[in-house]
Amino acid sequence: MEKMPKWADVLLTPLISLVLAMAISALVILAIGESPAEALTTMIDGALGSSYGWGFTLYYATNFIFTGLAVMVAYHASLFNIGGEGQAAMGGLGVALVLLSLPLPHWALALPAAMIGAAAFGAAWALIPAWLQAKRGSHIVITTIMFNFIAAAALNYILVNLLRPVGSMDPASARFPESTHLPKLSDMALALGFEWGDNTPVNISFFVAVIACILVWLLIWRTRLGFEIRAFGKSEPAALYAGISPVRITIIAMLISGGLAGLMAINNVMGEAERLVLNAVEGAGFIGIAVALMGRNHPLGVFLAALLFGFLYQGGGELALWTSIPRELIIVIQALVILFTGALDNMVRVPLERMFMAMRKRGA
Amino acid sequence: MTQTQGRLETAAPAAIELRGISKAFGPVQANRDIHLRVERGTIHGIIGENGAGKSTLMSILYGFYKPDAGEILVGGRPLTITDSQTAIRAGIGMVFQHFKLVPNFTVLENIILGAEEGRLLRPSLSKARGVLRQLAQEYELNVDPDEVVENLSVGHQQRVEILKALYRQADILILDEPTGVLTPAEADHLFRILEGLRAEGKTIILITHKLREIMEITDTVSVMRRGEMVASVKTAETSPEELAELMVGRKVLLNVEKALAQPGKPVLEIRNLRLVDAAGVERLRGIDLDIRAGEILGIAGVSGNGQTQLLEILGGYPPKGSTVSGEVRVNGAPLPLGGAACNAAERRRQGLGHIPEDRQAEGLIMDFSAWENVAFGYHDAPEYGRGPLMDRVAIRRDAEGKIARFDVRPPSCDLAARNFSGGNQQKIVVAREIERNPDLLLIGQPTRGVDIGAIEFIHKRIVELRDAGKAILLVSVELDEIMSLSDRMAVMFDGRIMGERLPGDTTTGDLGLLMAGVDAAPQTQDNPSRES
Repeated sequence: MEKMPKWADVLLTPLISLVLAMAISALVILAIGESPAEALTTMIDGALGSSYGWGFTLYYATNFIFTGLAVMVAYHASLFNIGGEGQAAMGGLGVALVLLSLPLPHWALALPAAMIGAAAFGAAWALIPAWLQAKRGSHIVITTIMFNFIAAAALNYILVNLLRPVGSMDPASARFPESTHLPKLSDMALALGFEWGDNTPVNISFFVAVIACILVWLLIWRTRLGFEIRAFGKSEPAALYAGISPVRITIIAMLISGGLAGLMAINNVMGEAERLVLNAVEGAGFIGIAVALMGRNHPLGVFLAALLFGFLYQGGGELALWTSIPRELIIVIQALVILFTGALDNMVRVPLERMFMAMRKRGA
Repeated sequence: MTQTQGRLETAAPAAIELRGISKAFGPVQANRDIHLRVERGTIHGIIGENGAGKSTLMSILYGFYKPDAGEILVGGRPLTITDSQTAIRAGIGMVFQHFKLVPNFTVLENIILGAEEGRLLRPSLSKARGVLRQLAQEYELNVDPDEVVENLSVGHQQRVEILKALYRQADILILDEPTGVLTPAEADHLFRILEGLRAEGKTIILITHKLREIMEITDTVSVMRRGEMVASVKTAETSPEELAELMVGRKVLLNVEKALAQPGKPVLEIRNLRLVDAAGVERLRGIDLDIRAGEILGIAGVSGNGQTQLLEILGGYPPKGSTVSGEVRVNGAPLPLGGAACNAAERRRQGLGHIPEDRQAEGLIMDFSAWENVAFGYHDAPEYGRGPLMDRVAIRRDAEGKIARFDVRPPSCDLAARNFSGGNQQKIVVAREIERNPDLLLIGQPTRGVDIGAIEFIHKRIVELRDAGKAILLVSVELDEIMSLSDRMAVMFDGRIMGERLPGDTTTGDLGLLMAGVDAAPQTQDNPSRES
């Protein structure tokens, strides 16, 4: 018997958590002598009040969808992939290598090629921790964290010593060829005859992210492989009994997870920067963990949570720009949201479940 | 106490009396208007199928749940039991089915845990040591107080639980399925302890689903069915058949009816099978076994003597880090005992089915729905999907059929496995494995934690599969089950087959000796079925 209706489980609980996080954030803002109401309106105006704000919100959300899906897929195999940051960084390298080495005449060809490069590099970066976990029992949380640092260091070296154009002072690759630039949503809107989101980085990758959500849903809940991943994630002894190889599933799930994290690079590297720069991921790999947690490891939840975090990112930037609230406070607000929706989930869930049980009893 | 004690047994206040106890969980009425009277100094059995509400009732007595209605009287006085501390103060002690001991604490430390007096441990420990010595003498409850609990046998761990209750001056001792984990000898010892306690005037409530135990040790017995107390009778005035009927609500066959086996060609041949586990301990020491088509071979033995490892090897997943040697053939073809080809999916392709010992950890994914569990292990089967996609419609149709044919209740495809009772969970596993029509079916503990009605049903299906000419390897710690179901029996002890017997030619005493590792008669050396 379910303890409470599904809508309450997937919507009401995170919503209440969110309100609690916002309430405490308001107290913090009050404590530093600023107005919470003003902060909130600034954030909402800045992130959602204009097509410009929406453009940035959706751009950030696209990053978070990819990294959130990455964490989610691994989570269903009971693997906690904290390496999204490094895998996304490596995905960026894959994109850069493909776009700088292949003569691709049109973005429609460049996009799939870059996606293959991004996913392959991200997956490869997840493969070693996966193999170590599957074969040697080295805990994947530890190895993926370490691989984040290795990725950062490796990219640093590669950008400075290998990809930096001769004579450039900037630790970044050359710009990608003009023909490979992805269409921005603003361009697409213009083609359809209206103005929307001028000068914002959101691009066609957003739609790729939406398609990725659908495909991940199909994979996890509609395919035999997804069945095996979920079964293994729930019980390893049962998986063995059923003839599901833990080694195989660990490696496959991590390859898919790493590939999804890597795919983020088509948004930030190919779509926005149009060259590979240092520290391009900017923490999106870690935000992905919060997004997956808050999204209850379902693609629809990941999508909604990614939108929320996109809003927090963009709104936070606006807050720093227009008020005297320091930029660091945004990190506090994000941390509170993560704390309440992820770590303190049961604080809201358990009383809510009790309430629904009591209501049902009265109704019965 | 205001009343005069003990002159007339019925006039004396009962140790425990329940009046009209009701408890509902959501729409499920777990207990409905329960009346129960347990006299002082008696052993009172409570029997009922899984889900009949026994555990709920006992949890109410121990303060885990608050009843919706009704009254509890302890020693004649009404008492509101709000938590386990109240229950303990009222002299109620509980021995749970799953022990609540700290494995890396000593016996003494476990006993004073939660009953420490003062901030320093030493006075409590030395007091406990004295009490323990006294209890040991009084009731045959010998346990080394300084031994670490995880080094004790299950039987001894249970004694620690009983000692814990007695140390807290329990007058009323509730035991929940106490013999589930014990050998026959350990169970006998437990019963002697209980009799000793009764002689001292303690009251004992014994919850069990084993009719034999009820008949053997209790003075009175109450039967629960679907949350209601359907009868309370004197044990001497009833019979196992009557109790079974009361429990299930219809007539039940306690013994399996089956025709004589018609063994055909050998299906499973095991030669000199050995297993050394990751710690270097030899768990199987040269097993030789044959099973023919149309035959049930039962393996008896106390759990932990290698049966689990045998099933795991045959099932395709030997324990991690172990080394397996020997030879196993199914229908003449060798089974791989190691490497990539040794996996459960490959075994299924070779015609093996497997009902695992632990359905909750292995046989089912508890969070998956019933229909997903019907496909579990066979999710690669062509009829369950196209290419990489699963065909939910086809699986659900199949699951609905299985649920109907095996009378799984409630008949819901979408309910998660964990929301079915033990018996119905097992029916899902049995349906899945038997309907694949395997040439060889491995069965571990088919009726552990399964209610009587479902046991009868599962036994029937197993015999039907045998009659269809399939070979069946049955492992069970329930000697009755092995005796009534098997066509041939082998007893395992310490990784060896101690001997083979035919059900008609042996007694429980004879088997008990073999189970204890005593090599009895030499008649086992040349069993005719061995030469094939």
